[in-house]
Amino acid sequence: MDGFLTLFQKEVLRFWKVSFQTVAAPVLTSLLFLLIFSHVLERHVQVYAGVSYTSFLVPGLVMMSVLQNAFANSSSSLIQSKVTGNIIFVLLPPISYRQFFAAYVLAAIVRGFVVGLGVLLVTLWFVDLSWRAPLWILVFAVLGGAIMGALGVIAGIWAEKFDQLAAFQNFIIMPLTFLSGVFYSIHSLPAFWQQVSHFNPIFYMIDGFRYGFFGASDVSPWASLGVVSGCFVVLTLFTLWLLRVGYKLRA
Amino acid sequence: MNPAIRIEGVTKCFGSVQALAGVDLEIAEGEFFGLLGPNGAGKTTLISALAGLVRTDAGHLAVMGHDVVADYRAARRRLGVVPQELVFDPFFSVRESLEIQSGYFGIRDNAAWIDEILENLDLTAKADTNMRQLSGGMKRRVLVAQALVHRPPVIVLDEPTAGVDVELRQALWGFIRRLNRDGHTIVLTTHYLEEAENLCGRIAMLKQGRIVALDTTANLLRRFSGHTLRLRLAPGNGLPEALRALTKGEADGAYVFSLENCEGIEGILADLRNAGCSVDDIEVGKPDLEEVFLRVMERG
Repeated sequence: MDGFLTLFQKEVLRFWKVSFQTVAAPVLTSLLFLLIFSHVLERHVQVYAGVSYTSFLVPGLVMMSVLQNAFANSSSSLIQSKVTGNIIFVLLPPISYRQFFAAYVLAAIVRGFVVGLGVLLVTLWFVDLSWRAPLWILVFAVLGGAIMGALGVIAGIWAEKFDQLAAFQNFIIMPLTFLSGVFYSIHSLPAFWQQVSHFNPIFYMIDGFRYGFFGASDVSPWASLGVVSGCFVVLTLFTLWLLRVGYKLRA
Repeated sequence: MNPAIRIEGVTKCFGSVQALAGVDLEIAEGEFFGLLGPNGAGKTTLISALAGLVRTDAGHLAVMGHDVVADYRAARRRLGVVPQELVFDPFFSVRESLEIQSGYFGIRDNAAWIDEILENLDLTAKADTNMRQLSGGMKRRVLVAQALVHRPPVIVLDEPTAGVDVELRQALWGFIRRLNRDGHTIVLTTHYLEEAENLCGRIAMLKQGRIVALDTTANLLRRFSGHTLRLRLAPGNGLPEALRALTKGEADGAYVFSLENCEGIEGILADLRNAGCSVDDIEVGKPDLEEVFLRVMERG
C-alpha cells in the first residue's frame, strides 16, 4: 500500500512542481477559447433553451481540460521516465502492476481535476452556471479522467520517443476531444457526422458531464454512463494486461 | 540455509542474440562476489533478471530464498541494485529522491538511515540540491544511496565506479566494505579488475552468456596467473642458455620470466650466479586478475 501511495504522491508532486506549465497554462488556454468563441458565437448560437452559448461552452471546456490533462500527466511522466531511464526506480521496488496502474491513473485524475477546477473558477466570472445534477458532474469527471489517465499509461508505455507520444496526442487525443461536442451540440451537425460522433467515446464524457450542469444533453446521461463505464472497464483491463506482461517495461 | 542468490539454468535471448545461455550460480550470504566479463557477456542481463527488469526464457532466480517472479515482492525487498546507467529524476532533490525510494519499499519514516547514508557517501551538503545540479560523480553516489534506502541484505553494484574519481571510489569502497562486514552480500560487476581483485572473495567470469570460470579470487590467481620476474643483467652479461628457454621474452632490455610461485626466483638467481652473471636490476610482479581474465577469455 505504501508503495502505491508514494508513487501516487510522487506523480502529483511531479506535476505540481511545474504547475505553471501543467496547471496555469491549460487554464489560460481554456480561458482564451472561451473569450474567442463566446465573442464570435454568443449572439448566433443557442443550443439549449434558456442557456447562453457561453454557459453551454464552459462545462465543455472544463471537461476537455480534465481529459487532456489527465492524459498528459500519465503519458508524459512515463515517456520521460523511460527516455531518461529513471523508470528503473519504479520497476525495482515491490510495487505490483495493479498499484502501478492505480497510482498513475489516480494522479492523472487529480491533475485533470486541478486544471478543470482552475478553468471552472476563472470562467465563473463570465457565466452564471446552474448545477442541476452535481453527482453526474462528479461521476463523468472521475470516469473521464480515469479513461484518459489509462490511455496516457498505454501511450506512455507504447511510445519509445517523444515524437511518437506527440503523434498519439495530436492525431488521436486532440481530434477526439475537439470533435466531441465541446464547442457545439452534435444536433447542429449533418446526419452523417452526428452518426460518426456517436462512435467517439469522448462525446459521451462531455455530454454526460454537461448534463450535470443543465439537466439537458444530446443523449441520455444513462446511455453516456454506459458507454463511458464500458470504455473504462475495457481500457483498464487492457492496461493492466500490458503492465502484467511488462510490455516495453520489463524486457 | 538459503544462499543469498541462487540462479538455476537461466537462459535469455534477445531476438537472435543469446544473452544468457544456461547460467547456474550460487552466492552465499555475506560474500563479496565479483561478476566479470567483457562487454556483451551477459552481466547486466543477469543482474536485470535478478532485479525483475528482464524476464528469462528459462530457469529460476531467487534472492534470499525468494523467487524473483513467484515471490517478487519479498525478493525485491531484499535486493538493492545500483544500475550501470547514470539515471536520476530531475524533478526532485537528493533527499526527496531518497524519501520517495524509501516509500516505494514501504518505509515511511526513514530519515535517520537516509542521513547516515548521505553522511557515508559524503552527500550531506547536497541533500537539498536538485538532482540536475549534481556532477556525474555525485549522481553516481545518489544511485548508490537509492539502492541502500531499504537496507537490503543483498546489494548488486553494476559498474558503480565507472567514470568516478579516485576519492569517491575510495570512499565508496570503504562504505561498501563496511556493509559487507556488517553481513550484507555484495555482488559487483566492474571493468576495473584491480578493484575486483582487491574486494571480491569469489569471482565468476562470464563469456557469451556462460560462466567460464568460477572460483575464489585466490584460486583463480593461482590457477591462471603467476609471479612475473623481470631481470636486467649488467652490461656484457648474456643470459645462460638453460635460462633462455624459460623466458617469456625480452622487454626494454629486461628478461621476463613467468613463475608459479616465489620459490622459482631463487632457482633462477642461483643459475645466474653459477654462470657468473651479475644482475643490474630485478623486479618481481605479483599475479594479477587482468592476466587471469585474459587467459580465461582466450580459453573460454
